Amino acid sequence: MTAAPEIGSARRRTEDARLITGRTNWTDNIQLPGLLHVAFLRSPVSHARITGVDVSGARERPGVVAVFTGADLADEQGSLPCAWPVTEDMVLPDHPPVAVNEVRYVGEPVAVVVARDRYAAADALEAIDIDYEPLPAVTDMEEAIKEGADLVHSDKGTNTSYEWIYEAGDLDAAFRDAPVVIERRYVQQRLIPTAMEPRAVVCSAVGDDYTLWSSTQIPHILRLMLATVTGIPEHRLRVIAPDVGGGFGSKLQVYGEEVVCLLLAKRLGRPVKWTESRSEGNMAVHHGRGQIQRLSLAADSDGRIRGLKVDLLADMGAYLMLVTPGIPILGAFMFNGIYKMDAYSFKCAGVFTTKTPTDAYRGAGRPEATYGIERMMDELAAELSLDPLEVRRRNWITHDEFPYDTVSGLTYDSGNYEAATDKATELFEYDKLRAEQADRRDRGDPVQLGIGVSTFTEMCGLAPSRVLGSLSYGAGGWEHASVRVLPSGKIEVVTGSSAHGQGHETAWAQIAADRLGVPFEDVRVLHGDTSISPRGMDTYGSRSLAVGGVALYNACEKVIDKARRMAAHLLEADEQDIEFAGGSFSVRGVPEQARTLQEVSLAVFGAHDLPEGFEPSLDSDATHDPDNFSFPHGTHLCAAEVDTETGFVKLRTYVAVDDVGSVVNPLIVEGQVHGGLAQGIAQALYEEAVYDAEGNLTTTTMADYLVPSAGDLPTFTTDRTETPATTNPLGVKGVGEAGTIASTPAVVNAIVDALRPYGVTDVPMPCTPERVWQAVRGGTAERSTQPGAGGGLGSAGGEA
Amino acid sequence: MPRVSVEVDGVEYDDDVEPRLLLAHYLRDRLGKVGTPIGCDTSNCGACTVLLSTGRRASGTTSVSVKSCSVLAVQADGKSVTTIEGLSDGQELHPMQQAFHEEHALQCGYCTPGMIMAAIDLLRENPNPSEEEVREGLEGNLCRCTGYQNIVRAVRRAAGDMRSPAEEGVTS
Ligand code: FES
Ligand code: FES
Repeated sequence: MTAAPEIGSARRRTEDARLITGRTNWTDNIQLPGLLHVAFLRSPVSHARITGVDVSGARERPGVVAVFTGADLADEQGSLPCAWPVTEDMVLPDHPPVAVNEVRYVGEPVAVVVARDRYAAADALEAIDIDYEPLPAVTDMEEAIKEGADLVHSDKGTNTSYEWIYEAGDLDAAFRDAPVVIERRYVQQRLIPTAMEPRAVVCSAVGDDYTLWSSTQIPHILRLMLATVTGIPEHRLRVIAPDVGGGFGSKLQVYGEEVVCLLLAKRLGRPVKWTESRSEGNMAVHHGRGQIQRLSLAADSDGRIRGLKVDLLADMGAYLMLVTPGIPILGAFMFNGIYKMDAYSFKCAGVFTTKTPTDAYRGAGRPEATYGIERMMDELAAELSLDPLEVRRRNWITHDEFPYDTVSGLTYDSGNYEAATDKATELFEYDKLRAEQADRRDRGDPVQLGIGVSTFTEMCGLAPSRVLGSLSYGAGGWEHASVRVLPSGKIEVVTGSSAHGQGHETAWAQIAADRLGVPFEDVRVLHGDTSISPRGMDTYGSRSLAVGGVALYNACEKVIDKARRMAAHLLEADEQDIEFAGGSFSVRGVPEQARTLQEVSLAVFGAHDLPEGFEPSLDSDATHDPDNFSFPHGTHLCAAEVDTETGFVKLRTYVAVDDVGSVVNPLIVEGQVHGGLAQGIAQALYEEAVYDAEGNLTTTTMADYLVPSAGDLPTFTTDRTETPATTNPLGVKGVGEAGTIASTPAVVNAIVDALRPYGVTDVPMPCTPERVWQAVRGGTAERSTQPGAGGGLGSAGGEA
Repeated sequence: MPRVSVEVDGVEYDDDVEPRLLLAHYLRDRLGKVGTPIGCDTSNCGACTVLLSTGRRASGTTSVSVKSCSVLAVQADGKSVTTIEGLSDGQELHPMQQAFHEEHALQCGYCTPGMIMAAIDLLRENPNPSEEEVREGLEGNLCRCTGYQNIVRAVRRAAGDMRSPAEEGVTS
């Protein structure tokens, strides 16, 4: 029997069954006997010394079981881990889960209440008195790095956590006498990841054994880190990520609330639950982005790039969390994009501010870099009066040049930028839209049309362990999978990757079904519980399929190898003569002599007659450590109508042609692209975590932090080219972040393109109607808004 | 403490509740109807959307979508509530659920219960919405995963599936 291949088919998702009927198991759904509820009191000020704490009132509130301050927990709570010391002399401050002496951002926990229900816990917070002695807020990175600046951590003597430098080629030579030099300053505003499920933690302690449920992307890493921080032995701690309602990097973290819930369960001997409110989460979930970029690009008069210089200030926030310092460093490898150049330098300073710590947010370092280079390519095109696609063509790596060693030290294994661009321009009707643009310009139409280009690549499939080691990252980048062949021939797949919306349960079953030749329905995929899936590196960095999927592929091969030996034994044939296809082992040339995997499995289970030394199991374990990153790429084109009278931007057409290599499930891939586009467009147009000069976050609620709704987004046209990755047997690359990485510059390039006749060379993000309007009025020579007036760190732009 | 008498997904409940108790918390914490999630504290996200009868729960009253985080439990007294859990009879999915599945209109699924309930209400008011009307009609429901495109597709597909062939004849 030959069924249609599962890999490549648009399977409807298995996991939907529970999600569309309300049978999902979110962490906040979990009820345990005697469950207590936890609430955190959080700092209302940006920076202050704690001079007095009185929790006596709260202790007397009805229903309150216990109240703890940072001082009460100080002997046990430890310091939250940072696993990525990017330099040897990186400044790494202590980070107690509950502040003890000083608070350094609005939202930092200062006390914790445990009560019989969530209302009682919330009420008791109001009865806690904390005295704060104000200290200076540190909100502006460019000020913070100056000599004599106010300090976030006074004992450290500096606000600079680290400086990280990469250099290749002769940059001085590249810039010396360069016919074209473009210099720009771009700001990557802070973003709040806003997974729709707020964080939640449940913890129970039974004797010396602990179970912690958390809305996390990383149950395995969390387990190890919690063991390290609290001293609870790793084998006594089980971490479960039940159904998780989105992450986007925000749940790639070891949060203080997780540590505290564990300690509370331990101290009180009763299970506890904490669920954050959205307003709490906006302050206390790590933020993303937050960079000031100074970029210089030297080119020949024909547009060929000679060199690129990148100088970054990266906002760490108040503390270094799990991978905070490494996020901007990931961008070091991506600022050169898909382009050839001989000289490159990247310098990044990690800067402390009295704001919520930053860390991974969808794309993590690569969107920032891609934005920088793709904006610069448009500026170069404008400078030379070339079409933005033409200037890219003159610089990109052509399809016959792969594998290609880039100036930033990576080897791109494969790609075809020409093919993706050809397809995108055709779908977009590029020439027609350019003609319309010219027409509107000629007519002086108040609504101008802009065309934005983004020809991006990214590095994903994190990551080769040896590369992570060379970057001082605290762990490897492998992934694990196991396959259990049950006596009846049904299959259980266990993956160390931890899904939270990506559809692993479907895609992994497709891979296993194809490799093992069993029906899709016969495969069940298990994940997200350290007792079921003991080894894993979890889900982030578009790594699940490119690393975890390949681990599964390898595990399936091992099952087949074992089963082949058993089949040979049963068929009394030589192992070399056994062929495996369509789930059946047969003797070469004698197809009627065959045993299905199911029959082999049952025979192994019976174990009555096994080959010499054969252990009665077909189960397998495999770990995959990639040799290289994978490099999805694509061409995104955006047409924006910009009303020069109101500043209103309407996205008219958005075409995304992505090359994510071979595809396991096109439906899931398309969904990932859509969602990624929405988030990247949101950065361009809508979202910003705004702080005032005192360090108060003014976008604490969903009413202030504008996550786009259906009416705010266009219909996307998506398509693909398929250039398989050469670095893994599935040919897959990863798709989770591509849409986000590509779309932000596509949109801003479109807006700036529309406004070039008005002398506009930049509009700072988010490109709100007010900012667009101001740009039209005054070019971008000045900051468009003041910090605090919804402006934050306005880009000065246009400095060339 | 005030008492509420409410029907939820076809089951009668009588409970003493704090006056300030939100319907969302009553459903989740008291009744164990955890199919309806909570995504915010400012009534912006719509994750908690349920259908609430407009009048006393006698047959014949219509049900409209409400954000259960912005309704007090006591306000549901004498009314009937339908949540995502009560939408299908356990055998067959509601056409809206089926359409969400077919069109891959969900990823993490956290917004999905609210999105489905809001979409059902949208079709009650407008059985044949254009893409634009679906986008506008769902503005009170946020999804962070899907970019909405497949949600819009799903709602329009369900609209087609739910219109009877006779009506179809009239409208087309
Ligand atoms: S929970 Fe967000 S609107 Fe009700
Ligand atoms: S599917 Fe995740 S929020 Fe909508």
